[in-house]
Amino acid sequence: MAAYLVRRLIQSALILLGVSFITFLLLFVLPADPVRQIAGRSATPQTVANIREQLGLDQPFVVQYARYLGGLVQGDLGRSYLQKTEVATLIAARLPATLLLMAGAILCELVLGLTMGVIAALRRGRIADQALMMTSFIAVSAPQFVVSLLLLYVFAVRLGWFPIGGYGTFAHLVLPALTLGILGSGWYSRMMRSAMIDVLRTDYIRTARAKGLGRARVILRHALPNAVLPVIAMIGIDIGIFMGGIVVVESVFGWPGIGQLAWQGIQRIDIPIIMGVTLVSACAIVIGNLLADLVTPFIDPRIRLR
Amino acid sequence: MTRSGAAPAPEIAKAGPVLSVTGLEVSVNTEAGLHPLVTDLSFTLMRGETLAIAGESGSGKSITALAIMGLLPPPAVRLTAGTIRLGTRDLTRLGEAGMRAIRGDRIAMIFQEPMTSLNPVLTIGTQLIEAIRAHQPMSRARARARAVEALGAVRLSEPARRLGQYPHELSGGMRQRVMIAMALALRPEVLIADEPTTALDVTVQREVLDLLRDLQRDLGTAIILITHDMGVVAEMADRVIVMQSGRMVEEGPTPAIFAQPRAAYTRALLAAVPRMGAGAARAAVDLTRNRVLGRPDPARLHGDDAGPVARLEDVRVRFDLKGGVFGRVTHGVHAVAGVSLAIRRGETFALVGESGCGKSTIARAMVGLVPHQGLIEIAGQRLATNDAAALKALRRRVQIVFQDPMAALDPRMRVGEQIAEPMVIHGIGDGDARRARAADLMARVGLSADQAERYPHEFSGGQRQRICIARALALQPDLIIADESVSALDVSVQARVLDLLAVLKRDFGVAYLFISHDMAVVENIADRVAVMYLGQIVEAGSREQVFGDPRHPYTQRLIAAVPVPDPGHRRPPAPRLAGEVPSPVHPRGRGPARRVLHDIGHGHLVAEGD
Repeated sequence: MAAYLVRRLIQSALILLGVSFITFLLLFVLPADPVRQIAGRSATPQTVANIREQLGLDQPFVVQYARYLGGLVQGDLGRSYLQKTEVATLIAARLPATLLLMAGAILCELVLGLTMGVIAALRRGRIADQALMMTSFIAVSAPQFVVSLLLLYVFAVRLGWFPIGGYGTFAHLVLPALTLGILGSGWYSRMMRSAMIDVLRTDYIRTARAKGLGRARVILRHALPNAVLPVIAMIGIDIGIFMGGIVVVESVFGWPGIGQLAWQGIQRIDIPIIMGVTLVSACAIVIGNLLADLVTPFIDPRIRLR
Repeated sequence: MTRSGAAPAPEIAKAGPVLSVTGLEVSVNTEAGLHPLVTDLSFTLMRGETLAIAGESGSGKSITALAIMGLLPPPAVRLTAGTIRLGTRDLTRLGEAGMRAIRGDRIAMIFQEPMTSLNPVLTIGTQLIEAIRAHQPMSRARARARAVEALGAVRLSEPARRLGQYPHELSGGMRQRVMIAMALALRPEVLIADEPTTALDVTVQREVLDLLRDLQRDLGTAIILITHDMGVVAEMADRVIVMQSGRMVEEGPTPAIFAQPRAAYTRALLAAVPRMGAGAARAAVDLTRNRVLGRPDPARLHGDDAGPVARLEDVRVRFDLKGGVFGRVTHGVHAVAGVSLAIRRGETFALVGESGCGKSTIARAMVGLVPHQGLIEIAGQRLATNDAAALKALRRRVQIVFQDPMAALDPRMRVGEQIAEPMVIHGIGDGDARRARAADLMARVGLSADQAERYPHEFSGGQRQRICIARALALQPDLIIADESVSALDVSVQARVLDLLAVLKRDFGVAYLFISHDMAVVENIADRVAVMYLGQIVEAGSREQVFGDPRHPYTQRLIAAVPVPDPGHRRPPAPRLAGEVPSPVHPRGRGPARRVLHDIGHGHLVAEGD
């Protein structure tokens, strides 16, 4: 187990190194020039050159990347070009909001998705199954800005149950979490449905029924733990999809998370911010996958981590 | 109806029927309407008796069992007529809630596949205790004590520790005993055993059958034994029902059915059962036929003009297990631990042993599917897994026929193309020539050439295996490896496929490496036999030597464990196995102790020591 963890952590570090390299390279070859953004349109060539030199952007790629890495291993993510603040400080201020939103969204999509999937599997081929699968299809295909605007209009504008945007109370969290959760629930319900259908066909479910167990116990104690196994692995991967969706949802709901920070950074080609946010997202994905793998043996005793 | 707590004396218990089935009809709902799976089935089960329902696949025997349990797969399959009475109560009118109270409590069931019949994520204890508490409200502690008692009754060692274990930590035989413990913990009046030993090795089957018989004697449970194996029927049953295509074709006391079967189907079924001791007689026929046809004796052929078709010398196959931070090899599974043998041209060489003994691994090594150490020679050429061209050429000489023909055939490819495919791969002939040869091969294996345009699902299991055999013959190999090739087939189909193999051997001069766990089949078709145990050969020789004069204790135990399809046969009490088969896993750098084979005369090799 300890050996497994050490090996996984080494792998994770390599993944993050790869992510940093590719992102840095992409930003380097990008035709847009961050110095122009900083200096403004009326700046003289001399000022532009000064800023370029000051930021070290006149150096070759290898030197720039080596400098960045050197800072990174010391925990230094660099300074934002425009906000003149440490990127680490900016991210630290916004990370809790994003993590809260992510937790709320995962909760939403699991509760919605797993329930829908189990019900559909148990009512396979009947009206309820077809209705649920149609719903999940819509959930999967609907763009996030449409879902978020729809929710905003119905529950915030018309019914006034929840605030239109912002951050602070539980009520603020509901609509953005639901937006992300609805999209995810579409995937989870389909996955859960097919896993559950497979499990319900197995010999051990027949055994459980032959013992005279009640339907509830057969489903909750015997079928569900087996069917949920592939779903757990999915959660780890899912965090990556979140990081993309969060940019849109945080903008629509005015949620002060790193998605907004990323959006600001991208608009102004603020390289340290883009790098910082990308690396934090990559970290989240790596940790999510690791956690999913670490949880699995507790549900499936056949799996041993080594 | 009162539940009997203590076991009643069997004489008293045997009075009166406990279960009676009348006019049972089970149908499946298809697009073409209701299609009957079981038709007009009536029988009674007496207290304490064992009633066997025998038949081949599709006979409706398992469906009957599920109907009694009220577990027919909804919504397609349902009971369409008849009554099932337990005592005076009609189970068909009980509904799901009523049936739930009966299931596991008054009628219990064990299934064919012990490997998949237990929930992999719950402990043995959880699964046993919930079965007890589902019907008898009692504290967890008391239920636990009952569970330990039940595991002790099925002769599992350390019953208390087993409760904390998961199914994957137990072997197949142990799992089936857990299933039996679960079924009998509440002392049901009826136990339905659906092919309870079919998936088990023959020595384990012996123990499980003995166990069932002992428990029945102690508890007075009536057993419905569903099986395709007439040997098991002869050993276990008081009465037999023979079923075919959903109908009962014959019913009667076991000795009468075996001595004087009335129905033609029963006679055919019994005739198809491979019997130990019948091999020698058949060999004599084969030999005369050979002489009539003027074909050379395989032994003579081997003598001078050609070497053996395959020669293995100290072949070892090890699978590495990795561990630690850097994933280094820490342990090895020694699947094959030093096997030497030679297969002569035109002979049938059988490799027998129980699951996990390494016999299939040898087959895979011989066609280069797994890397090996030691020497494998095919037709005098050394098999080297790192030389792709040479390997391809050698594969032309050796073909495999696997156990499950449905899995071995591509479901989306016409069978004619599949038979011709090996010729395409090896660039033999043009399209027309290949088609003609495929048609010819189909005729040779007893199929008509116009079936070449069909897909595998349009054939029966036996026909599919014939297609696989035709495909194996397409390259005119010197050796066909038949890896459990007839094990999944019904006995009557099995008998015909075995006959086909014998005919093809004569006509094509091909040799077989026949890999099987079934001693009776091997005894019927093999020229020479090697017995494998834990990756090594413990005994080898001609069929007469190994079966007529088995010397190694393991060979003796294997032969003694085979059920004999003769109710009059009384076996000597088998010595009970001393625990489980040892593990083939050894730490890196170490391996199993080598067995040394000694020739005790005329090429009869026996491992010394144990």
